[in-house]
Amino acid sequence: MDRLLTPGGGKSHLLLGNEAIVRGALEAGVAFATCYPGTPSSEVPDTLYRLRKESPEAVQYYFEYSTNEKVALECAAGAAVAGLRTLCTMKHVGVNVAADPLMTLAYTGVNAGMVLLTADDPSLFSSQNEQDNRFYARLSGLPMLEPSGPAELKECTVYGFDLSEQLGVPVMLRTTTRVNHAREAVTFNKLGKVKTQAQFKKSPFQYVTVPAVSRQLHLKLLKVYDQAQAISEQSSLNFVTGKGKLGIVAGGVAYNYVMDAVADLDAAKQVKVFKLGFSWPLPEKALVKFLKSVDKVLVVEELEPLVENALKALAQENKVKARIAGKGPKLFSRAYEFNPRLVREVMAGYFGLKYKATKPLKLDDLPALPNRPPNLCPGCPHRATFYAVKQVVGDTAIHPTDIGCYTLGLLPPISMADFVICMGSSVSSSGGFSRATDQKVVSFIGDSTFFHSGITGLVNAVHNNHNFTLVILDNGTTAMTGHQPHPGVETDKIGDPTTHIDLEGVVRGLGVQHVTVIKPFKVRASIEAIKAAVDYQGVSVIISKELCPLFARRVAPKSRKPFAVNLDKCKGHLDCIKKVACPAMFVEDGKAKINALQCIGCALCAQICPENAILPVKAEA
Amino acid sequence: MKTQRIVNVGVGGQGNLLASNLLGQAALDAGLPVVVSEIHGMAQRGGVVESAVIIGQAKSPIVSDAEADIIVSFEPVETLRILNKAHKDTLVITNTRPLPPFTVAIGQAAYPEPQAAMAIIAKKVKRLVAFDGQALAEQAKNPLSLNMVMLGALFAAGDLPVPVAAIKKMIRQNSKERFLESNLAAFDLGFKTAGKA
Repeated sequence: MDRLLTPGGGKSHLLLGNEAIVRGALEAGVAFATCYPGTPSSEVPDTLYRLRKESPEAVQYYFEYSTNEKVALECAAGAAVAGLRTLCTMKHVGVNVAADPLMTLAYTGVNAGMVLLTADDPSLFSSQNEQDNRFYARLSGLPMLEPSGPAELKECTVYGFDLSEQLGVPVMLRTTTRVNHAREAVTFNKLGKVKTQAQFKKSPFQYVTVPAVSRQLHLKLLKVYDQAQAISEQSSLNFVTGKGKLGIVAGGVAYNYVMDAVADLDAAKQVKVFKLGFSWPLPEKALVKFLKSVDKVLVVEELEPLVENALKALAQENKVKARIAGKGPKLFSRAYEFNPRLVREVMAGYFGLKYKATKPLKLDDLPALPNRPPNLCPGCPHRATFYAVKQVVGDTAIHPTDIGCYTLGLLPPISMADFVICMGSSVSSSGGFSRATDQKVVSFIGDSTFFHSGITGLVNAVHNNHNFTLVILDNGTTAMTGHQPHPGVETDKIGDPTTHIDLEGVVRGLGVQHVTVIKPFKVRASIEAIKAAVDYQGVSVIISKELCPLFARRVAPKSRKPFAVNLDKCKGHLDCIKKVACPAMFVEDGKAKINALQCIGCALCAQICPENAILPVKAEA
Repeated sequence: MKTQRIVNVGVGGQGNLLASNLLGQAALDAGLPVVVSEIHGMAQRGGVVESAVIIGQAKSPIVSDAEADIIVSFEPVETLRILNKAHKDTLVITNTRPLPPFTVAIGQAAYPEPQAAMAIIAKKVKRLVAFDGQALAEQAKNPLSLNMVMLGALFAAGDLPVPVAAIKKMIRQNSKERFLESNLAAFDLGFKTAGKA
């Protein structure tokens, strides 16, 4: 059985932050969990899904990958209002999608512990922005916890469930990539008892948020805020370490950088640190007491100066003399994540501490290095679809695209991504582009993203008589985030008890008149179908259907039949390489070659080669 | 105990994250404080993958520029790219077999000459251990075992506080049965080769 399901406590295990959340939820007796996957949160739902699949007898929670974050939160809200302990997870931009229910769920509250994970991504390792979701605590009025590493993450998850139950509102657990994707020793406590069945007690004047009800609920939420603040003042998650007249306020992973810096700068006797783990509502009294006990304060927080500004306001009201700083020249930036050296340098500079940095190497004599951008995998069907569309519309069409592996179509030689802002924007923005210009519009969206938030955009396009072609890249899975299922997944392939939603049926049902399903590795037929779709006046949809090869390797393994270039026939046009840039191909002595270990035999290059020089390995021999 | 900051770098698919995870588990098994960090997501699609293992009292999960004590690189160009993390006393362990990015394959960029590159690195850092790790993986009859080769080399050259028995235990616990023998063989080949270097 998986170590995460160990019933007893006491032992320590090296856990990924996201695994620590799962263990915390299990220790808290979680009964219901929903999510939409997204880096850096994905391993939380993936672990819940895996444990349920591998050990159905040992887990008692219900889990689902929901269609999108709004749906996940609303589904979770139903369970939590009914009375089950509920976990809901998403990445930071997912909370934007879920923001509508979140703001008013804060009003209605919940009847059992509910923890909402918001996994932020400073430095944008895998995101379209680096928004600071600590704002959502302020916006919604809900409490927020900010652990610094996996061990605290587990404790905060358990704490969050209890706190949520105590206050009757959801609690936000805010992490960043460096917390989700760090591993450290996490000590287990006993698994919690799970209440799997609830009984909903009707109370429409609490839960039906018509204006007259919500006016009262807002006042109730403000009282909850006061209660939460009183708890925050006393919370074990907020504490002071060290002594001295130099003060630091820090939370999240930045606290770890601070503690290392204190040790590295040998400043334990000069620096006092206020660790902010229960970060909203702010423990104002404790913070004022801290501010009054020091001469100078540095706020170490990634992204926006939220704590810094709040402390400055508190200082003004409470006649605090200490200078407070955080963001600014020679201090911290509002952009990107921090690192140990940066924090050490800023601390040393601001406090005037002695510091001798290790010198970076002189690297100006290194040769120019080739870039290594991420690329579509060998045999990725998206590459074939992009190629076919380009044969029809050339370089002049506008290509709104979406969030998924196919966003990599941005890079040359494909270069077929012109606009993306969020999940689903490909479909809706196509209407704007096609109305505003007389350029052809051919947009791209993946199957999971289409179910997530492409459907409403397509309804809009059909209803308002827009004119564009939408290509749905249907690879049968949510590839980018790690092959999670979605409503369109062929459930028999993965042995899930969920119901398969037919993508083509949905598209036709939405009223799209011109719908074609293509097999992208049949290049000529695909080009013909795309031509007809692009010529169609109105909304046309191409469903390009081919399993993600990485997913297929797991669910429908086929023997790999790699191709090779017949070097006698190859005349070195290199169309195969220049037009599609498959990572299995390379140039040697002016001719194309195929790495047989990487080639999966999709045969796209074979259909592009003007000399028909690319053949299956066997046929060549 | 002196804190050891180890950075592992490679290309998506080379098994770099697993190597860091195993090293972290071995350290914990040996009763040592350890933090591991990794980057998932976009980077996996053939991009650069970096992870870090910090053994000792540090709480920070990442390693800043000029602060890596050991760099283990699975690919020679990535060794050059990651040198911003090194300082003059850094130990650099690198596989020398190139895995050219597609920017090179399509003629957008040139791949630097590995031998010359290694000579440049050797002058900059305290010690460079460079060898064809991929050849050793193939010798172990498992081309995907480069990560085990590199772990073996790290244990031979790195002066780690983690005993070899601890990492072998983790390799045993985490290998699929059909790869167990070749993984251990790959580890030993890396260990032997780096020990002689």
